[in-house]
Amino acid sequence: MKILVCVSKSPDTTAKVAFTDNNTKFDNNGVQWIINPYDEWYALVRAIELKEANAAVTIHLITVGLADTDPIIRKALALGGDEAIRVNVESQDSFFIASQIAEVAKTGSYDLIFTGKETIDFNGSSIGGMVAEFLQLPYISLATKFDLKESVTTITKEIEGGEEICEVVLPIVVSCQKGMAEARIPNMRGIMSARTKPLKVVEPVIANSLTSIDNFELPPAKAGVKLIAADNVEELVRLLREEAKVI
Amino acid sequence: MSVLIFVEIADGRIKKTALELISYGAKIAELLNVSAQAVVLGTTQDDLSQLGNYGVKKIIHADNEKLNQVEAESYTKIIAEIVEQTAAKLVLFSNNITGKSVAPRLSVRLKAGLVSGAVALPRITNGFVVKKTVFSGKAYAHVSINSDVKIITLNQNTYPALAVEGTAVIEKFNFEISTSKIKIIAINKISGEIPLTEAEIVVSAGRGLKGPENWGLVTGLAKVLNAATACSRPVADANWRPHNEHVGQTGTTIAPTLYFAIGISGAIQHLAGVNRSKVIVVINKDAEAPFFKAADYGIIGDAFEILPKLTKAISDIKNT
Ligand SMILES: Cc1cc2nc3c(=O)[nH]c(=O)nc-3n(C[C@H](O)[C@H](O)[C@H](O)COP(=O)(O)OP(=O)(O)OC[C@H]3O[C@@H](n4cnc5c(N)ncnc54)[C@H](O)[C@@H]3O)c2cc1C
Ligand SMILES: Nc1ncnc2c1ncn2[C@@H]1O[C@H](COP(=O)(O)O)[C@@H](O)[C@H]1O
Repeated sequence: MKILVCVSKSPDTTAKVAFTDNNTKFDNNGVQWIINPYDEWYALVRAIELKEANAAVTIHLITVGLADTDPIIRKALALGGDEAIRVNVESQDSFFIASQIAEVAKTGSYDLIFTGKETIDFNGSSIGGMVAEFLQLPYISLATKFDLKESVTTITKEIEGGEEICEVVLPIVVSCQKGMAEARIPNMRGIMSARTKPLKVVEPVIANSLTSIDNFELPPAKAGVKLIAADNVEELVRLLREEAKVI
Repeated sequence: MSVLIFVEIADGRIKKTALELISYGAKIAELLNVSAQAVVLGTTQDDLSQLGNYGVKKIIHADNEKLNQVEAESYTKIIAEIVEQTAAKLVLFSNNITGKSVAPRLSVRLKAGLVSGAVALPRITNGFVVKKTVFSGKAYAHVSINSDVKIITLNQNTYPALAVEGTAVIEKFNFEISTSKIKIIAINKISGEIPLTEAEIVVSAGRGLKGPENWGLVTGLAKVLNAATACSRPVADANWRPHNEHVGQTGTTIAPTLYFAIGISGAIQHLAGVNRSKVIVVINKDAEAPFFKAADYGIIGDAFEILPKLTKAISDIKNT
């Protein structure tokens, strides 16, 4: 069984969000880059667990990005991927990235393609569904559990107002979120072995971007908190009712 | 030419977010000088013609119970056919679980540029530019859609549902549905509670509440406010509260009108999920808690003393 895990790099969750070049570029200054948490904690770790349960599983990682993504990919290999593929191009819109991933997936005969729920910088939540449509595969979004038992694959996914449990036939594309697995830290052996694992760099195929970012904007700063004495909750209720008009 | 609005049905009823979306779509249609049409998949007990009161002129209804469960592949196929038939140039979804599973597929099917998580009307003079949240609510991006057909998913609670005068005609849509490779074996609905992402008011608590046995204080306040409940991540991790209540960067993102943060420190990852709330009230015994910087109103004090009093005070005004 072959699993393809899509990993992207994202700024550390505590990174200061600021922009340069007339608000057209994210300010990289002092920013630490991490594996997008959903890709790492849920998609990749669940894939690793499947491999631990069944030695016949191989995990390939794919990322669309330039060479500055390599440290992220090495970390993902250290956690437990077998080999990695980097499509050597600056990542553009979701449609473009999904086109690139689909192209690689076409030739790899993967049984499973995992993505994260969303990237924490662009928040598109769309690449998994796009890859599935390109490949004409079924897509389960926002999976919280994934079980493989012999020939039966059972997935639990979030739906509006609850959850749905379904049985699927592979191959399939799945976007992963909380519940799938628990975060792990790479161990020394993993880090050492990651250095010699293959990281294949491939050139992109020609594909369109259908959208482009014109510029960014920061939300206006809050006016500042209005403090109310702890023994005067009535005043809070009055303010919420008369000033903020929200209750 | 038209703007096509996907109206979601849940348990046979029109979803509240769908009304916001219709108002949003009707406004865009007006700006573009085209008609606004709705598409409804599945059976409903509601009278669909009432959607005319939110600005759509026509409702295309694929009235078949096989569509009562959202299945991205068949939904995509049917919506794509309707887009073709109506020559729609813009397709709208709510940016919720359903929208996230269908819109990306449709985007590829139609080669239509997708912006997910819109927070305002598009700017249509000189291109087509949509404002969306990025960096988990810490910033916005203005995104140009450059394709002929376009798709937007709208964040909830960002555009008000506005009733107008109007009527809509209903047109049935006939279709073929292929058998899905996905077999649903169970559906567990969380019944009776207000869905977190749709709630106007959310009462949320963190580790400051000390343990699950104290949550009566939180649900009690939520009850008098007719609010949904939420929690910080460590609270869900410790199983004090169900996982679907966890809000933040790695949990659910919400934007209610009023958010109560009780005994939550206000870590940046928590704020990422709630910072688009209109009004934030923080109750924390530590005056230095970072959450106060993001708050509109705050009380420095012990939640165990404040909550019963606050619940009573609100219940009092509700009863007068
Ligand atoms: C990559 C990453 C992603 C994360 N994602 C999320 C996320 O999605 N959501 C999330 O919530 N967290 C997330 N976290 C965790 C986050 O960093 C914080 O650790 C977490 O939000 C803290 O939860 P808390 O405020 O409930 O607990 P604490 O930080 O322990 O704060 C408890 C607060 O309660 C106050 N308090 C104590 N007793 C009382 C009392 N009697 N009355 C009133 N106040 C009292 C204290 O002063 C304190 O401010 C993430 C972390 C990382 C690294
Ligand atoms: N540049 C990229 N390379 C590889 N995978 C990606 C890339 N960007 C996003 N993904 C995957 O697609 C998921 C959803 O991303 P998005 O649609 O941008 O929110 C992420 O969680 C990743 O698994």
